[in-house]
Amino acid sequence: MPSVTTAIQRSEVVVEIGGVPIRLRCDNTVFLDQIEERYAGYVSSSSDAGFDFEIHLAPPGTASGDLEVDVTWESGRWLMKRGDFRAEWNPSSLCGHIEQTINPFSLDSVLRILHTLLLAREGGFLLHASSAIRNGSAFLFSGVSGAGKTTMARLAPPDVVMLTDEVSYVTRNDSRYFAVGTPFFGELARVGANQRAPVKALYLLAKGSENKIVPIAGAEAVRALLRNVLFFAREPEFVRMVFDTAIDFVARVPVRRLTFTPDYRVWEMLV
Amino acid sequence: MKPSLFVAHSTAIAARGLDQETMVMSATNSTLFTLNEVASVIWQSLDSTTPLGEIVARKICTKYDVALDVALEHAEALVRGLAQHGILLLSEEPISVSIGSSKVTQ
Repeated sequence: MPSVTTAIQRSEVVVEIGGVPIRLRCDNTVFLDQIEERYAGYVSSSSDAGFDFEIHLAPPGTASGDLEVDVTWESGRWLMKRGDFRAEWNPSSLCGHIEQTINPFSLDSVLRILHTLLLAREGGFLLHASSAIRNGSAFLFSGVSGAGKTTMARLAPPDVVMLTDEVSYVTRNDSRYFAVGTPFFGELARVGANQRAPVKALYLLAKGSENKIVPIAGAEAVRALLRNVLFFAREPEFVRMVFDTAIDFVARVPVRRLTFTPDYRVWEMLV
Repeated sequence: MKPSLFVAHSTAIAARGLDQETMVMSATNSTLFTLNEVASVIWQSLDSTTPLGEIVARKICTKYDVALDVALEHAEALVRGLAQHGILLLSEEPISVSIGSSKVTQ
């Protein structure tokens, strides 16, 4: 007969990113502990969750090395898969399930994909960018790997609140764009502050021999932005939404190319 | 005599005007194209039932100082290039995309 302790054992964690609470159910408490640790600052005590996921843990060693992410829409469900996970989400029932081995990285990927899908409908997006709040405004620093996202985070003065050094969460609200903290980190290996602020500017990063800011606009800005937006689904409707959002964002938020030398003075240029 | 060329936008794209340019994104592979001002005029005029030659004569040659044969050659190169990427559908007959009755080449 199971003990009383077992009977009331915790079986779920609610992770809330961007104000979207997602309940993750799993019968493995070790994994739930890993999730709580991984998403510290984003674990919600609320019993209300907009989305429910059941996690089934596969035995270790069953993941394949396929790194290609595949996201498709089929029979009213989003199917997401990579070598180390298979997930399914039904937007009508708001429920889904994930099959993965016991590691938080697979879950991290599923959450990223899920948020790209959710944000697309709301006019937001995830961006390969570090982001930070200073004096009540948010700044996005976008670029490919090695462009300086983490460097900008490391150079940030003490009054700067870092939201992420890797994947920025951008939402739209009443014609304004906001950057929101995320637990999605890069080299810094530090969860971002769970805060939000209106986006003042997007900086496209490039390392150089001097600090220089050049405004860019129009098609060039849209092209640069889309190059760094995370999206995985290929359905025409979804692509159109992301495309429209990029064009709207560029019309509302200044986009600038920031060439910088890696020292603290670069932050003095950002106003 | 060269046959008329009819051109239609693919349904698997997103296109938006931006200043004088037009940005077109393929929904199938997310490839992004930027059309300049002249190409944008052609893009906006493509309706699947008006021959490309007529569009060029009416919309390009009346607005820009260019001979019809030269403009048409450039326009054909443009639409054939975009068709290769699945952005446009080409046919020697008016195109009814939904019915699919025309012989469409990409």
